[in-house]
Amino acid sequence: MSNTFLTACGDRQSALHAHGANAQKIFDLIWTFSAVAATVWLLVVLVLATALLRGNLAKASRSPLQIDADQERRLTRAVGSATALTVVVLIALTIGSFFAGKSIASLSGSETVTVRVTGHQWWWEIRYPKTDSSQAILTANEIHVPVGESVKVKLDSLDVIHSFWVPSLAGKRDLIPGRPSELTLTADKPGIYRGQCAEFCGYQHAHMAIIVVAESREAFDAWRSRQDANAVTPASDEERRGQAAFLGTGCALCHAIRGTPATGTVGPDLTHVAGRRSLAADALVMTPGALAAWIADPQSVKPGAKMPRIALSADDLNAVVTYLGSLE
Amino acid sequence: MSGMPGKKAKRIEERGLKGIRDTGLDEARLRAFLAHAWHTPKGLYGWLATVDHKLIGKRYVVTAFLFLILAGLSALAMRFQLAAPEAGRISPDFYNQLFTMHGTTMMFLFAVPVMEAFTVYLVPLMIGTRNVAFPRLNAFSYWIYVSGGTMIWIAFAFNTGADAGWFSYVPLAGPDYGIGKRPDFWAQMVTYTEVSALAVAVEIIATVFKLRAPGMTLDRIPLYVWSVLVTAFVILFAMPAVMVSSTMLILDRLVGTKFFDPAAGGDALLWQHLFWFFGHPEVYIIFIPATGFVSAILPTFVRRPVFGYLGIVLSLIAIGFLSFGLWVHHMFATGLPQLGESFFTASSMMIAIPSGIQIFCWIATIWGGRPIFATPLVFVLGFIFTFVIGGMTGVMVASVPLDLQVHDTYFVVAHFHYVLVGGAVFPLLGAVYYWFPKVTGRMLSERLGHWNFWFVFLGFNLTFFPMHILGLQGMPRRIYTYPLESGWGSANLFISLSSLVLFAGFALLFLNMLLSLRNGRPAGDNPWGASTLEWATTSPPPSYNFPHLPVVTHREPLWARPDTLPVIEGLRVDAREVLGGTVADAVPQLRLPSADNSIWPLLSAIAVGGTFFASIYTPWAVVWGAIPISIGFICWFWPKGEPEDEE
Ligand code: HEM
Ligand SMILES: [Cu+2]
Repeated sequence: MSNTFLTACGDRQSALHAHGANAQKIFDLIWTFSAVAATVWLLVVLVLATALLRGNLAKASRSPLQIDADQERRLTRAVGSATALTVVVLIALTIGSFFAGKSIASLSGSETVTVRVTGHQWWWEIRYPKTDSSQAILTANEIHVPVGESVKVKLDSLDVIHSFWVPSLAGKRDLIPGRPSELTLTADKPGIYRGQCAEFCGYQHAHMAIIVVAESREAFDAWRSRQDANAVTPASDEERRGQAAFLGTGCALCHAIRGTPATGTVGPDLTHVAGRRSLAADALVMTPGALAAWIADPQSVKPGAKMPRIALSADDLNAVVTYLGSLE
Repeated sequence: MSGMPGKKAKRIEERGLKGIRDTGLDEARLRAFLAHAWHTPKGLYGWLATVDHKLIGKRYVVTAFLFLILAGLSALAMRFQLAAPEAGRISPDFYNQLFTMHGTTMMFLFAVPVMEAFTVYLVPLMIGTRNVAFPRLNAFSYWIYVSGGTMIWIAFAFNTGADAGWFSYVPLAGPDYGIGKRPDFWAQMVTYTEVSALAVAVEIIATVFKLRAPGMTLDRIPLYVWSVLVTAFVILFAMPAVMVSSTMLILDRLVGTKFFDPAAGGDALLWQHLFWFFGHPEVYIIFIPATGFVSAILPTFVRRPVFGYLGIVLSLIAIGFLSFGLWVHHMFATGLPQLGESFFTASSMMIAIPSGIQIFCWIATIWGGRPIFATPLVFVLGFIFTFVIGGMTGVMVASVPLDLQVHDTYFVVAHFHYVLVGGAVFPLLGAVYYWFPKVTGRMLSERLGHWNFWFVFLGFNLTFFPMHILGLQGMPRRIYTYPLESGWGSANLFISLSSLVLFAGFALLFLNMLLSLRNGRPAGDNPWGASTLEWATTSPPPSYNFPHLPVVTHREPLWARPDTLPVIEGLRVDAREVLGGTVADAVPQLRLPSADNSIWPLLSAIAVGGTFFASIYTPWAVVWGAIPISIGFICWFWPKGEPEDEE
């Protein structure tokens, strides 16, 4: 069903495919720690195997062994050195981890773009605050960022705890009601990166994905100014009929379309919905068919989603889909 | 007035008969007296009223294994759903209940109770006494446990299974987002079963400190007993945190308090602090007794005492302390001040030191010994092999930046299963093979035992190792499905198939137990040639454990004196009595009466359980429930019989 992997072949949501400074630093740490861990484990298993073989080859006897004082002394020395070595390795790892943490923290402060992300059960509300050249805008489930620039992501939640995680770009950060937090991410290559809510947030936690679209500065600016515009006015009869149905049947209670009387805030803002790549937090690819399927019966696509089924005649449904499809 | 003289005469006459001591009695009469005094009546009444720690311990083990089966089946169902991407075999709602019930049951109803079960059974035998310090409390704690566990599973059967995760974070489990009565059942069950854990902890501390056989000084206590003693203290300090928090949760939900509601000045993070302040030590409550199993099994099969007794005891104590300094590493992604993070990174890493010391000591023990590859030893070896992996990934998640990638992914699922299954269940299975002969009088089949081991060992590693990689590849946990394009499909299919192997391994264990119970080779008193006191009595042990209380003069009593143990005399044999000694040196101090069978622990547990259950529906239950609870407790504690004659 979901889609953004299609172009990406599974490497767009992976801590092992780091495409940003934050994720890259952690990736290096993962390798260091894994190498040390594998070495230690191998040593332990080798010594264990040796111990088993030499004892077993010495022929098992059922009567308890006498303790040999010399051997005990040697064993004490061995256990002592192993412990000392453990302490040294742990200190080294702790220091390494500390410096990685520091250099990730040092990424913040140089951001050129700020995005506010609010977690909802089960979708992401995205808000770009007002800048000198643009007004504040609202969108959903898709973040656009300019490549190579640091982006400040400000996080909060209005219902339960969620966690913002785009593994290829950065580590995760929880969204806790009443405790705003933030995160810095950079994308060093253009592309589409997928992320997912990482903190269990109820019924449809599995379908709470987010997409980060990293594009050149020009493409980003162009996207940003497109978002500034209000929704296009319906051009055809079909679209007009769709808009009327949208406004008349209750969609507008929950959704906003800037430039129309629809100002609902419960669901995602639909002003430029057709410009987005996916629907319902990446549960569906954005196509007219998917839009129709979703609107006709959201609960069969994403059971538990907080969008009710709304009774629309077939014609109205088609019209609504056409209308939403025009909202680029 | 007129009846008094007659009654008094009768009393005096009875006194004359009373107070028979074991001094100078011939063996047959001694055993007959003891069997009479420690007798559990036949039939249903006896079954319900017994306070024999061995019967209660066995019951505990069986119950815990039944919960293991339920939790295992939930896991299989989850793996069935996750075997293919975008599968629609299990609805999201049911899936959320499944993983919550799986986690809750494994942690609260299997792992902790099964460790307690072994403790309750083994400790009196290992320290050479006839029963635990508070036998009725012991019975009570079992009834509490079994009814609490049954309650939440019945709720699950009625589609009211807990579904907010075994950690039940607020606000998801709180009044605004928790579905129906589901979190209420969860919260009450947790509070309720922790009552039982606390009771066992108190029980163990008192028993180990006061009832040890004469001469069992602190440095002669078997390492297993040390481990459960440390565990008992960890329980004592950790469990109240979760009881307080689950009570706050239920108050938020039922009475409308606002402990966790940020909009009303409460704090959602408070729940996490309280929960993990318990939840992290919880892992060690499971792990520490498992290390005790290892220290008990290893010397028997390498034919020498454990190397580094003192080092291991100090490590156990250190782990107990350090386990309280780690809870925040479950909360790194919530964003704490850097300084705090560094502190918790350092303390999380530090716990690897005492754990490492124990591992090194065990390997040194093997190095200095002559291993016999019996099933219990094989499980211990499997434990070292797997647990070290869990320990190393533990060091990884202790690093804040690294944790920010792997937290709440399948990497963590892999990590904690390596610690819990590799670190606790493997030793536990070794312990089953090791002590089964003592408990039942029959040996388990060694041949099936080895098959059992290989299925569990391979099944386990094949199931959980790939999860590390899935987690790094971005698969979050607690999702009921994942997209086809994620590329996680084949790994998940492999994992699901491997989980069948693991499941078959457990089936072999149960098969072996059932077959051997009827047809197993008779065990004899000490089939493994082990060194600790539980092997000094018959298999299975008589109701009074030891006909003569042993005196300990050595850390390995049965190896030091293979022929006869010295014994102490002077205890009454016509009534239940145990010997109390000093805390440090176990110098006999006084004879203590030991409680007789009673139905009141059960009735009190029913009263408490009913109150808890009803309180989910009305807070008034607490008021009305106080009446039957008080009646239960008064009858339970009502003094009866004659005061002990001073001597
Ligand atoms: C016929 C009227 C409606 C239409 C055409 C409509 C359309 C949509 C669309 C296109 C999306 C996907 C948005 C995105 O992913 O970017 C969506 C999601 C959503 N809608 Fe609606 N909607 C309607 C009615 C409602 C109503 C009445 C509610 C509130 C009660 C609602 C609540 C939601 C919510 C909460 C989501 C997010 C679902 C999720 O991803 O979990 N919708 N809707
Ligand atoms: Cu979420």
